[in-house]
Order: sequence, then structure tokens, then C-alpha cells
Amino acid sequence: MIRYLLARLLTFLPTFLGVTLISFAFIRVLPGDPIIVMAGERGLTEERYAELVRQFGFDQPLPVQFWNYLTGVLQGDLGTSYVTKRPVWDEFFSLFPATLELSICAMIFAVGIGLPAGVIAAVNRGKLFDRALMSTALVGYSMPIFWWALLMIIVFSGNLGWTPVSGRIDLLYFFDSVTGFMLIDSALSGQNGAFTSAVRHLILPTIVLGTIPLAVIARQTRSAMLEVLSEDYIRTARAKGLSPLRINGMHALRNAMIPVITVIGLSVGTLLAGAILTETIFSWPGIGKWMVDSIYRRDYPVVQGGLLLIASMVMIVNLTVDILYGLINPKIRARK
Amino acid sequence: MTLLRIRNLSVDFATASGQFRAVDAMDVTVDPGEILAIVGESGSGKSVAMLALMGLLPWTATVTADEMSFDGQDLRAITPRTRRRIVGKDIAMIFQEPMSSLNPCFTVGFQIKEGLKKHLGLDRKARHARALELMEMVGIPDPARRLNAFPHQLSGGMSQRVMIAMAIACRPRLLIADEPTTALDVTIQAQILDLLTDLQAETGMALILITHDMGVVAETARRVSVQYAGQKVEDQPVGPLFETPHHPYTAALLAALPERATSRVLPTIPGVVPGQFDRPRGCLFAPRCAHADELCRTTPPPVQPPGMGLARCHYPLTEEGRG
Ligand SMILES: Nc1ncnc2c1ncn2[C@@H]1O[C@H](COP(=O)(O)OP(=O)(O)O)[C@@H](O)[C@H]1O
Ligand code: SF4
Ligand SMILES: [Mg+2]
Repeated sequence: MIRYLLARLLTFLPTFLGVTLISFAFIRVLPGDPIIVMAGERGLTEERYAELVRQFGFDQPLPVQFWNYLTGVLQGDLGTSYVTKRPVWDEFFSLFPATLELSICAMIFAVGIGLPAGVIAAVNRGKLFDRALMSTALVGYSMPIFWWALLMIIVFSGNLGWTPVSGRIDLLYFFDSVTGFMLIDSALSGQNGAFTSAVRHLILPTIVLGTIPLAVIARQTRSAMLEVLSEDYIRTARAKGLSPLRINGMHALRNAMIPVITVIGLSVGTLLAGAILTETIFSWPGIGKWMVDSIYRRDYPVVQGGLLLIASMVMIVNLTVDILYGLINPKIRARK
Repeated sequence: MTLLRIRNLSVDFATASGQFRAVDAMDVTVDPGEILAIVGESGSGKSVAMLALMGLLPWTATVTADEMSFDGQDLRAITPRTRRRIVGKDIAMIFQEPMSSLNPCFTVGFQIKEGLKKHLGLDRKARHARALELMEMVGIPDPARRLNAFPHQLSGGMSQRVMIAMAIACRPRLLIADEPTTALDVTIQAQILDLLTDLQAETGMALILITHDMGVVAETARRVSVQYAGQKVEDQPVGPLFETPHHPYTAALLAALPERATSRVLPTIPGVVPGQFDRPRGCLFAPRCAHADELCRTTPPPVQPPGMGLARCHYPLTEEGRG
């Protein structure tokens, strides 16, 4: 297992380098000069411009710039934002909890509903619930996030007035961030209604962000379950006179979890991509919104560093998925 | 008193190309402590009939029977919940593919103990003790360690031993072994059969042994039911069956036995078991039968009296040849 882990970690290296290069190139391919953008309406003199170019190192050839960036990254230095002058790391860590909180909630929403729904659909294959779920999942899967978010806002915030439309909590409440997770911080603050307000702010973004993963997970769970349910060992379990709950929920689901965990892992990537849009729509102060704002500002270090961190997270999730495979099915552990 | 009595069992599958009758008017009776062999080529409905009895067929199957009773209890009328109290406890079954019949995600011990908890309500310690005892009964060396093994760590023979241990865990009164040795090495086959007959003698349970190997039948069974294309075509005690088979199909199966073969080439029965689309109108065996005539091809044969081995044939064989 340890050797397997080390081997997996080694394969990270080229991926990591690739991601570094792509994130470095991506922002530079976009038209627009960060110095001009920074100067804004006022503009700036030739000398000042030349001075800034030298200061940011833009006068050096691109390979040299990349080398400098890469050596910085390898020493854990992602650079400093052109705009806020704060280290990228610091910005990332102050904003990341908001994204993490939203993503976790969306994932709980997606897995919490998608997994049981997929299991029930498979067990009741061809019946009404199965058909209804599969058609709903297809719709959910192909739903444009932007449109879906607007629809939810119009119905639940506009017409019904149940949920707020933006931010993480009502402006009324103010307290220090302890964990960065609004649900926990608001509960800790002891202020009346703070927690409820945080929950109400989370509902719509969670649903919007979780919808596509929910559809994917439900469909994958169903098909994985269907495959497992026709296996010989399920017949053995039934021949033992076990209850359907035990057969489906334990003997079958445990085996079906392998492909399901794969899509859950893959959904994390989708989720982070979706978070960018969702956070922008709901003014959610997380890394998604941070990335979008930084792209507009041509804040090179933030965009580079942010992309790199997001990509690293996806890689870590994939590694976790690989480890989980082995834990769930001992046969896979043995094969590797 | 009969332990198991099935009369006129039929199983139809709804398939994409229409209804398919996999079991047709089959009768099975088993007395307590008896060994019944069911023989027939593959595709003749042996497994499907047993799965129907166990209630393990998929939802595409329609099961009908005039009678299906176990120990006096009507299995057709009971709820799934009641059936689950019988299946796995009083009736147990082992299958042809031992390797794929064990769940790869759980240890052997877990899978054996599961039934002990469900049917006997044993506590942890008692379950463990019984599991060890069972592993010893089925001849698995180093049982304590093997209980913690996962199925992929076992050979085919070991897996079938584990399956047997699981099946006899709750002291069933009837064990159905569906071609338990077909997937195993020849050397292991005899061991598993010996184990099954030993356990049968030891525990006094009834045993239905499904096989397509007449040699196995001769060695183990007391009574034989011959199955062809979903129908029972003959039913006799072993001795008389081997001496005077009454159905031409039985005779052909026996002629295919190596020790009876006159030439070096194994005689096989020409043709195949009819499938969904080529079911004959009259006798199902007619296309392959040396004795078939016009009546055979047009009219389904009657079931002969017990003296004629209940042969489903217009012209049952007698000692003198064609009757
Ligand atoms: N689930 C099923 N759906 C449709 N046909 C089936 C199904 N299971 C078995 N059959 C068919 O029923 C027939 C009898 O099969 P089976 O009982 O497995 O034969 P065997 O005597 O070899 O055990 C075969 O033709 C098989 O194709
Ligand atoms: S009924 Fe006719 S075809 Fe069928 S087995 Fe008897 S002799 Fe052969
Ligand atoms: Mg079979």
C-alpha cells in the first residue's frame, strides 16, 4: 500500500508541472496588460510604465519569467497579488473556507439524495420511481447552471421570498471569523438568528451547485447497482434469507461504491468549476469569485496561483479516491 | 412423509422476443434424508426450477405450480418475509460458480456468521465458535485464520467448501447443490462430492444434487430424475435406472458414459436441447430420438406409470428394447 501510494505521488510530478505551465500561460494568452488595467482611468506616464514593467519582471523573456515563477512555487511562494499586495496564499486561505463550506454542502446534498435515489431506482428497476428519477436526472444533468440559478432565485427569493439572494449572512450580524465556516462561526457567535441566517443564505447556492453532481451520482449509482444486483454473490445473499435492506444496502451497495466513488471524485472537479459560476451569481465570497475578479483585473499571480491550488486539490481528491478503492474492495488492494 | 413436493411446476421468462418456457410441467419429490439426483444437459431447466423453489428468480419469471410444499407448508402462498425464514435455514443452496458466489468485499467469516445471526440469533461468541466448527466440518485447514480471509484469497475448491459451510450453517433439512463441481478441477470434484455425501450422512439432511454427469449420479444418488428441455422425462431409483432406462433420452445419456462406450470416441447425443424458437410440437426429444415416428412428432407423449419410470414417452424402452 505504501509503495502504491509513493508511486501515485510520483505521477503527480509531471501533472503538477503541466498545471503550473498551463496556469502560467493561460492568463498571458488573454489580451490585456495588467499594468494598464491597474492604472485604471487615470493612465500613467511612459517612465512610470517602464518602471513597473521592470518591477514586475515583464521585461524578461517568458521562459525566464516562468522559471522564476516555478522556483518560487517549489519553495512555496505563490507571489503577491498586484491589486491587494497580499500574498496569494493568504488570500486563498481567507477565501477558501467559503468555497469549501459551499462545496461540502453541495456534495452532501448531491450524495445524500443522489445515492439513495440511485439505489432505490435500481432496486425498483423499470417502475415509476425509476423512470421518474432517470428523466429528472437527465434534465438536471443538462441544466445550464446560470439559467437554473436564475430560476431558483426568481421562484424562491422573488416570488416566495423564502431565501436571500446574495452573500453568506445578513449584514445585521457581525462577528469574528474563527473557523472561516459561516455555519460554525455563526453558531459560535451566540447571536440570535445568526445561524438561521447563514443556513438560509446557503440553501440556494447549495442546490444550484449540487444539482449536476446529484444527477450524475444518481445515474451512476443506479447503473452500478444494477450491475452488481445481477452478480452471483447477490443471489447467494438472497439464498441466505437476508432482508432486502441488508442485501441492497450492504452486499450490493458496498460493491457498487467503487464506480460511485469515482464519479464523486470526478464531481469535485465539476464542483469547483461550478463554484466559479455559482459564487459569481450569488456574490459568494469564495475562491470562485476571487478567480473571476482576478481574471478581470489581470492579476497574474492570483490567477496562476489560484488555478494551481484548485488543480492540486482535484489531484488530492483523486488520490483519496484511489485509496478508498482499496479500503472498500480488498481485491483491488491486493492487485496493486 | 415427503419433505419437498413439487407438482406441475412451470417457469416462463418474459424476454425481449416473447415468452420462453424454461421449466415445463416438472415434478419433484424428496423424502427426508434422501439423495435425489437431477440430471440433464445444460439448458434443460434444472437451475431455474431450483431457483423457483428458493424464490430467487428475477422478476421477469412467472412461476406456476399445482403444488409446491416444503415440510407441509405451501410455498406458493407464503409472504416473502416468511419465505426468508425458511430459505437459508431449512432449505439451503450452493451454486456452480463458487468463486463468484462469495461477496468479494466481506471476509469469509462475516459471510458465514451472517446467517447464524439472522436465523439462529446466536451471539458473537457463539457465532464465532459455530463458524470455526463449520470450517472444520468442511475440511478447511487453519480455520481460525481462514475466517479472516477474503474470497479472492481462496481457490475454487476452498470457495466451494466455504459455500457449503455457509449452506449447512443453520442445519438445513434440504440442501440443493446445483452442479457444485462443474467449475472445479477434476481432482477437487471428487473431494467436494465426498464431502457433500459425508455431510449428508452425518446430518441426515436431504440432498438434491444437480449434475449432468451420470458418473456422479451412479456414485452418490439414491434416486434420479432425468430432465430434458424443461420437463422431467424419467424418475427411478439409481440401480434400476442404470439397468433399465425407460426413456430413450436416459438411455442415450447412459450410452454416453465412458465405461459403456464401445469405441474410443465418446458417443454423444446428436443435436441440442431445443431453445425458445425451435420447440417441437410433439415430444421435445423427437428431433434427436432414434425411435421417433409421426405420433412422436405431432403429439406430446403421456407420462408412463411408475413401473415404467414415469417416462414421458410414447414408446418407453423395456429390457427387451423398444416397448
Ligand atoms: N433470467 C433468465 N431469463 C431468460 N431465460 C433464462 C433465464 N435464466 C435461465 N434462462 C433459460 O432457461 C433455460 C434453462 O436454464 P437453466 O435452468 O440454467 O439450465 P440448466 O439445466 O443448465 O441449469 C435456458 O435455456 C436458459 O437460457
Ligand atoms: S415419445 Fe417418441 S420421440 Fe419422444 S422419446 Fe419417446 S420415442 Fe422418442
Ligand atoms: Mg444450471
